[in-house]
Amino acid sequence: MMCDNCKEREVEIHLTKVENDTKVTLHLCKQCAQQKGFETGESILKSPLGGFIQAMGKGSANVLPTPADGLRCAACGSTLKDFRESGRLGCAQCYESFSTHLKDLLRRLHGSSQHVGERYALPGAAGATDPRLQLLELKEQLRRAVENENFELAAELRDRIRVLE
Amino acid sequence: MIDLSLLPDGGIGWLDASGPKGSIVLSTRIRLARNLEGYVFSQRAKDADRTAVLTRVEEASAASDLLKGAATIRLDRLERIDRQLLHERHLVSKELAGLDREARPRPGAALVVQGTVGVMVNEEDHLRLHGMRSGFALEEAYADLEALDADLGRLLPFAFHPEFGYLTSCPTNAGTGLRASVLIHLPGLVLTKEVGKVLQGLTQVGLTFRGLYGEGSEVVGNFFQLSNQTTLGKSEDELLDHLGKIVRQVIEYEEQAREVLLRTAPDEVADKTWRAYGLLKYARKLTFEETMNLLSGVRLGVGLNLIPDLSVYTLNKLLIFTQPAHLAALEGRQTGDPELPTARATYVRRVLETEAV
Repeated sequence: MMCDNCKEREVEIHLTKVENDTKVTLHLCKQCAQQKGFETGESILKSPLGGFIQAMGKGSANVLPTPADGLRCAACGSTLKDFRESGRLGCAQCYESFSTHLKDLLRRLHGSSQHVGERYALPGAAGATDPRLQLLELKEQLRRAVENENFELAAELRDRIRVLE
Repeated sequence: MIDLSLLPDGGIGWLDASGPKGSIVLSTRIRLARNLEGYVFSQRAKDADRTAVLTRVEEASAASDLLKGAATIRLDRLERIDRQLLHERHLVSKELAGLDREARPRPGAALVVQGTVGVMVNEEDHLRLHGMRSGFALEEAYADLEALDADLGRLLPFAFHPEFGYLTSCPTNAGTGLRASVLIHLPGLVLTKEVGKVLQGLTQVGLTFRGLYGEGSEVVGNFFQLSNQTTLGKSEDELLDHLGKIVRQVIEYEEQAREVLLRTAPDEVADKTWRAYGLLKYARKLTFEETMNLLSGVRLGVGLNLIPDLSVYTLNKLLIFTQPAHLAALEGRQTGDPELPTARATYVRRVLETEAV
């Protein structure tokens, strides 16, 4: 498809805007889009947000030092490089494994890396035993026992679950 | 086809226009991102991990006070039209519903829903708890959600870190895991061309805006979703207070813009809104997008008391049921059916004939 404006170059940018309440879609080449003052991939990279995109590893420049790329989370096996490429962490332990790098990123994203909201304690952590929780734990153990083909234990667990239910 | 009677009020109670500022603010939605300790995050999860997470959540829901008896909908077992329908009701994300081209919902993708609250399971995070309310009601929506969070948090081990707070798959959600959004109709600011300034202002105070269907969606019918951008370093109450304060300001700007329109161009505004009403009442073919834009014009007229015989509830109903999957389900057709625009126009005419006072 050719650019709506110059009708010479290939379209690279599809721009949709709402004027009054009708939608207008323009198909432009990179040069014409820039002339019209719209931000393209390159100009976005120069904006403050661009720094963040690069820090997330989706840009071209290396904002963070590369030797750390091989850093690996012992719990799930994902690397810092995996995170940079996907923007997603592998597991909860990744936050510890990559903590120095993440602190920096969190500060840039949120302006802080310290959580000040609600605190959370794991179920049963306060010492109080909720009977519902006991039942859920037994069910979890039962699933593991079946998976490991430990049928003796499974039968015992099933009986205990029946009593509680 | 999915049996929506399983859902109390079909999961669209929030559309009844009963909430505060109902003619400008459609709905308030808050979500909390939570993950389970001991399970890899969704990105790395294999099918077995996902189904294990779903089993844990289902058992906890059954044992919980607030989700006992809730409907669990397995998205991986639904037809596309049903998944799209749930997405159009804002109950599941596009990602969870597997609606992107050539995508399929992944095994274990599910929605647990009960009244004003629900949980998306195996989305980007293991759990996405959400609360929805009609109108502008941040406090009420959060009260529902806070109770659900506490209830489930006693039964499931949430991944939490003393410094980073609730741990999420993407660090943009870490800390509180809270994103609150207000779905707001801003035709006055669009018509007076002030909306750009207002939206730009939002980004400077740490807020962001999206289209009707959330992340990555287009703005249609002058509907904007305003929400907080950051989730860490501020408490839940601070985040909600800040968003609330700014939204109240935006509502004020919108009301001022409408006053300006009425004062400076009363005939144009009346003409615009009555034309929109006329087209909806008599058109024989309507695309979804055109319908949304016409509904926006009529909604403005109702808000300004120019069109006296229509309720906001009727407009909300049209908004929901003229969406492609809803209309197709209603008419027993497929979403790509070329006859849909005709069916849409017929449906709109019928509703306006029977519900206009």
